[in-house]
Amino acid sequence: MLGIAVLVFREVLEAALVVSVVFAATRGVDGRGRWIGAGIAAGIAGAILLAGFAGVIAGAVEGAGQELVNAGVLLAAVIMIAWHAIWMASHGREIALHMQAIGSAVSVGRRPLTALTLVVALAVLREGSEVVLFLYAQVAEGFGAADVAGGIALGVAGGCAVGFSLYFGLLRIPVRYFFTATNWLLLLLAAGMASQAARFLVQADLLPSLGSTLWDTSTWLSDRSLLGQTLHALVGYDARPAGVQVLFYVITGALIAIGMRVWGRPRRRGLTRAA
Amino acid sequence: MRYRFLMNLIVASGLLAGAGMLSAQEPEFRLVIRDHKFEPTEMTLPAGKKVKLIIENKDATAEEFESYELNREKVVPAKGQVALFIGPLKPGRYAFFGDFHKDTAKGVLIVQ
Repeated sequence: MLGIAVLVFREVLEAALVVSVVFAATRGVDGRGRWIGAGIAAGIAGAILLAGFAGVIAGAVEGAGQELVNAGVLLAAVIMIAWHAIWMASHGREIALHMQAIGSAVSVGRRPLTALTLVVALAVLREGSEVVLFLYAQVAEGFGAADVAGGIALGVAGGCAVGFSLYFGLLRIPVRYFFTATNWLLLLLAAGMASQAARFLVQADLLPSLGSTLWDTSTWLSDRSLLGQTLHALVGYDARPAGVQVLFYVITGALIAIGMRVWGRPRRRGLTRAA
Repeated sequence: MRYRFLMNLIVASGLLAGAGMLSAQEPEFRLVIRDHKFEPTEMTLPAGKKVKLIIENKDATAEEFESYELNREKVVPAKGQVALFIGPLKPGRYAFFGDFHKDTAKGVLIVQ
């Protein structure tokens, strides 16, 4: 049961951290709980479907199907996060002003929510399909229902607990800086996902590695440790990155930062209308 | 005339790219998963070369090939076969394992 719990925990942890950042970034938006809940549900359904087709996908595109699916899912999430972060850079200030004035929920429209709902669904899909395959193997190899159910419950509870602590930690950031902070978190999240996508494409030999191990920090902070994994999921920490991963990371981060700068400048018109 | 020159250029660069891909045929190495164990558990690879690693799963359930040292992970479906590329690597020992059966599925690549 413990072995099952550990694997489930690790996968749930990564998805839960993404969900927490999204949940924080959508603070003050009406009905966000329903949207994000729908994203999680869609992700789980997709994960089961993806696991069912694992054999077909692995064999597709001359054996590169799995990497293409993973990279595609990651890059789709990167685009959605970038869109949201840039949108928030131009509207976040107004929302924060409203929140300070009213102190609670503000309706800011649906547009950014659909993008982040997709991000949640894609994160759950990616981590979930591995869990489904793993659990299927455990059941097929004769683990009892109690063992499997207990392992799932423990793993999910543990992963969600870390996610909740991150969320409530983020809530302690003063409202004035809150969306700036969540926006930077979204930027790092997207950069990390882009780096992971690059790694999958190198693994399939669809991208040059530009140095298969640019540096090795595994003795300082291992990918296996809880902190290493948390930072991996949140900001894309990788103890042994390939050169092209670093390139993807930097370019993605820079593009989103530029986008936030260009469209995020306080607009006179917008501000007077808000006041 | 100019268009023909352009066409020739495109065809020539296409041929060059094709030739480049053919010459870049990586050496292949094979691992087999049977009864949730890797065979062989130790394999020697050449240093400084990109290598294609083929993993065949003879079991009725999926496995995930994973290695922190190689920075690689890939699901190997039940009764299936996958390939992945690693390296060029520095000489050393690179441990790998099956994430779905950590107790039994273990091995190491020796790069020299």
